[in-house]
Amino acid sequence: MEVGISHYLSLAAVLFTIGIFGIFLNRKNVIVILMSVELMLLAVNINLVAFSAFNNDLVGQVFAMMVLTVAAAEAAVGLAIIVVYFRNRGSIAVEDINMMKG
Amino acid sequence: MGLTEFFFYVFATVAVLSATMVIIARNPVHAVLFLILTFFNAAGLFVLMGAEFLAMLLVIVYVGAVAVLFLFVVMMLDVDFAELRAGFVKNAPLGAIVGFIVLAELILVIGINQYPANIVGQPAAPLTAGAEAENITNTQAIGRILYTKYVFFFQGAGLILLVAMIGAIVLTLRHKEGVKRQSTTAQVRRSPEKAIDIVSIAPGQSMIPSRDEEGSVQ
Repeated sequence: MEVGISHYLSLAAVLFTIGIFGIFLNRKNVIVILMSVELMLLAVNINLVAFSAFNNDLVGQVFAMMVLTVAAAEAAVGLAIIVVYFRNRGSIAVEDINMMKG
Repeated sequence: MGLTEFFFYVFATVAVLSATMVIIARNPVHAVLFLILTFFNAAGLFVLMGAEFLAMLLVIVYVGAVAVLFLFVVMMLDVDFAELRAGFVKNAPLGAIVGFIVLAELILVIGINQYPANIVGQPAAPLTAGAEAENITNTQAIGRILYTKYVFFFQGAGLILLVAMIGAIVLTLRHKEGVKRQSTTAQVRRSPEKAIDIVSIAPGQSMIPSRDEEGSVQ
């Protein structure tokens, strides 16, 4: 059976679901939650590149590069926030993050 | 089964398995390493789809920068990760339900549908037209439209990275107490009048002039 766009889209769907499941599973660990978000962004990238490749349109790959940029920026700022938070409170448990009573 | 199919299934299987290991690994360092494996396999899938440039970008940016950043933070923080895993089993059923629903919806909507050959009527940047005519690579094709048609997006991406860099530095920068630093301004502003003081001391006496913090005579 030839590998078509459906195969790639299904794989991306599975990866995206694993990302969602990871957020539920590791609700206390911010670092693993950030990793799950990275997984979801990777699934989105696979979708974009699949549509780009199978529809003969290069714009999808350009857009995937933008997603890559945002993912890198998000990881950098997120990890910086985690480091500062750990320095101030000595913990990174999600339920301890309630100073602002939001 | 052709070579393409074989490699697709290998990359897909390893990617899904390692992604699962990312979220269930006990040791966060192992989770980061499995994340790297997932990225590598996704890069392989990109190569299969003909997006070589993005594949290399994925390896360099994700594996080389993001994953190593994760690794640094995980190793730098002295956190009891076993404690953070409390409630792991308790949250699993809800996550499984939500995950199953999302997966079913995604597969039903986008996975099973057979797309027509040209789902977009008019490609904005045709992939094959230029590539086959002039025999250019994927990297060249992306460069041609990225620096011309989408140059503002390119610069916007650069701006995002700049803001993220400044933000990360500002967040983590801290001035330690008790560290002596060079103050160029104070050094340049120092003048002979402030630095040298001429005193006449009577024979048999000594004098130690008191100075303030900037070094000028009181």
